[in-house]
Amino acid sequence: MAETAEMTDTMRATGVPASERSSAPGGRRDPGEASDDGGWDLAAIRAQFPILSREVNGHPLAYLDNAASSQQPLRVLNRVERYLRREHANVHRGVHRLSAEATEAYEGARRAVATHAGTTDPAEIVFTRGTTEAVNLVASSWGDAFIAEGDEIVLTKMEHHSNLVPWQLLARRTGCSLRFVDVTPGGTLDLDDFDRLLGKRTRLVACTHVSNSLGTVNPVREIVDRAHAAGALTLIDGAQAAPHMLTDVAKTGCDFYAFSSHKMCGPTGVGALWARRELLEEMPPYQGGGEMISEVKLEGSSWAKVPHKFEAGTPNISGVVGFGEAARFLADLGSEAIEAHEGALKRAALERLDEIEGLRLYGPREERTAVFSFTYGDIHPHDLSTILDQRGIAIRAGHHCNQPLMDHYGISATARASFYFYNSPREIDALCDGLALAAEVFGGIA
Amino acid sequence: MTEPRSSTPGAVDREIPSSLNQLYQEVILDHYRKPRNKGHLDEATHAITMNNPLCGDVIELMLRVEGGSIVEARFLGRGCSISLASASMLTGRVRGRSLDQALELSGKFTHLLHGDEALLSDDDLGDLRTLAGVSKFPVRIKCALLAWNCLEELGDGTDEDRGPA
Repeated sequence: MAETAEMTDTMRATGVPASERSSAPGGRRDPGEASDDGGWDLAAIRAQFPILSREVNGHPLAYLDNAASSQQPLRVLNRVERYLRREHANVHRGVHRLSAEATEAYEGARRAVATHAGTTDPAEIVFTRGTTEAVNLVASSWGDAFIAEGDEIVLTKMEHHSNLVPWQLLARRTGCSLRFVDVTPGGTLDLDDFDRLLGKRTRLVACTHVSNSLGTVNPVREIVDRAHAAGALTLIDGAQAAPHMLTDVAKTGCDFYAFSSHKMCGPTGVGALWARRELLEEMPPYQGGGEMISEVKLEGSSWAKVPHKFEAGTPNISGVVGFGEAARFLADLGSEAIEAHEGALKRAALERLDEIEGLRLYGPREERTAVFSFTYGDIHPHDLSTILDQRGIAIRAGHHCNQPLMDHYGISATARASFYFYNSPREIDALCDGLALAAEVFGGIA
Repeated sequence: MTEPRSSTPGAVDREIPSSLNQLYQEVILDHYRKPRNKGHLDEATHAITMNNPLCGDVIELMLRVEGGSIVEARFLGRGCSISLASASMLTGRVRGRSLDQALELSGKFTHLLHGDEALLSDDDLGDLRTLAGVSKFPVRIKCALLAWNCLEELGDGTDEDRGPA
C-alpha cells in the first residue's frame, strides 16, 4: 500500500518541520503559531508520539481524528511494555512478588487517574472498559436499584449514543421515561428548556461535558446545580472533556463522571467511572465474579469494598497501567499549557475555516473545544474524507454516534476535524489545502 | 498498485492525484449532482429501504415489475457521491431486465468493484464501469454497493414479492 510505516531515526530527527517550532521565522501569516508560545515545545512533544512521524499516501500524517481516539506517547507505550515484560501477574490475589508488583502498578494507576479526576479518594475510581461501560454500570446498578416506573431521567439532544442507549434500555426495564433538553441553532443547550423538563419526578440528569461532534463545552456546574435543586442526581459524560481540561469533579459538583483512556493518550479498552463514595457504597454490584466478593457461600455472597465491588473478574491490567501513565503524562504537561496550545489551534482553525466559502461550521463560537464539525458545499463528508486521506489527513465522516443531533440539524453526516495538543498549525494549513483540493476534484462547490 | 503521489515540488497543492481522478470521474459527479430516476415510484411492486448504520447513508429502491421484467426503477435517499451515483446508474441499467438478470448484473458489478479488470470491457455494465476506481478505495466499496444490496434483497424471495404481473 501507499503508506510508509516505520519511523527511522533519520525521520525522527527530521520529521518535525522547522515551521512547527514556536520559534519559527516569520514571513507566514499564521495566527496559530503567533500565539503558540509559553514554552510549549511542539517539536519535542510531537517527537514523543512515534505515529505522528508516519507518512500516509506520500504525505506527512495529519491526524485530526482525536475525538475518536488519540495517539499514545512513548512514555505510555514503554510503561505498558515494561509492565508486560517484567511485572505481569494477576492482581489482588497472589502473595508472590510479581502479583505484588502488578497490584502496585494497578493501584498506582488508580491513584493517578483519581488525581486526574480531581478526587483525593482513589476508591471513588472504578475501572471500566471505557466511558460506555461506565455509563452502563450506572444505568444497570444504580438505575435498576433506584429507578422505578413513573420516574424521569433528563438527557440532552446532543448525547453520544453511549449516554443515550443505556438509558433507553433502563427505561424499557423499569418503565421510567426519558426527557431531552433541546439544542439551540447555535449548538448550545437550551437551559430554559432544561428548567421546564426538571420536575419532582426527575431522578437523574445525564449530560455530556463536551459535545463530541459540536465541540460545545456545556455549563456543567450550572446544570448540576439546577438538577440538585430539583432533587436529582447528575451523571456527566466526560469522554471529550477529560483529555483536554483538568477534570475537577468537585468543581463540577456532579455525582457520576465517566471517561475513557484512549481519548487521553492511553490504551483502548479501559476507562473509569468516578462516583461519590457513598453512592458507590449503596449501589449493588454491576457484575458478579471473582475480585468483587468478600465471602462466597452456595446460598449467597457478600461484596468486596468499593471500588472492587464493581470490578468483577481479572481486569485489563496492562490497559489500566497505561491509562495511569497517560494521566501522569498529561499532568506533567499541565492542563493550563494544554488548554493554551489547543486554544491557539482552535482560534487559528476557526479563522481559517471561516474564510472558506461554502463551508458550514456547526457548533458555537465560544465555549467550545477544537472539534470542528462541518459540511462543505454539496461534497458529502465521506468524499471529503477520502480526498483528504489522499493528502495524509485523517478526519472523521459520518454521524459521530450522534444521530438525533444530526436529525436536529436536518443532515445525515458531517466531516469532523478534531485537534489535540500535539497538532500543529501546519496541519491546519494541510486541512485547508485538502479542502481546496476537494473543491477542485468536484469541479467547484455547489 | 500504482502509487498516487503528487510529488511535483512546489506544485503539490493543486495537483489532483490520479487515484482521485479515477474515483471521481465526471460521469460519476454528473450522476451525483443530477441523479437519474430519483423520486418516489407510486406503482412500485417492489420497494425496500436500506441504510449503512456506520455512516447514516440511506437508499430506498423502488421497482415496478410487469410480465417478469423491470419496467421502471426509481430511488430516494441520501449519501455520498459514490452511493448516489451508483443508485442512479442502477435505475437506468436494470430497466428491461428480469430480476434474475438484474441480479446477474449486480454480481458482475460487485466483481468489478473488487478489482476484476476483465469486466472493464464488458459493455453490459455500461456507465457502471466508471465506478471501477472504487476498487482502489476498499472502505468505499460498501458505498457503491448500497443500492445493489437493496436490489439483492428484493431479488430474494421474489416468488411472493413479484406482485401484480
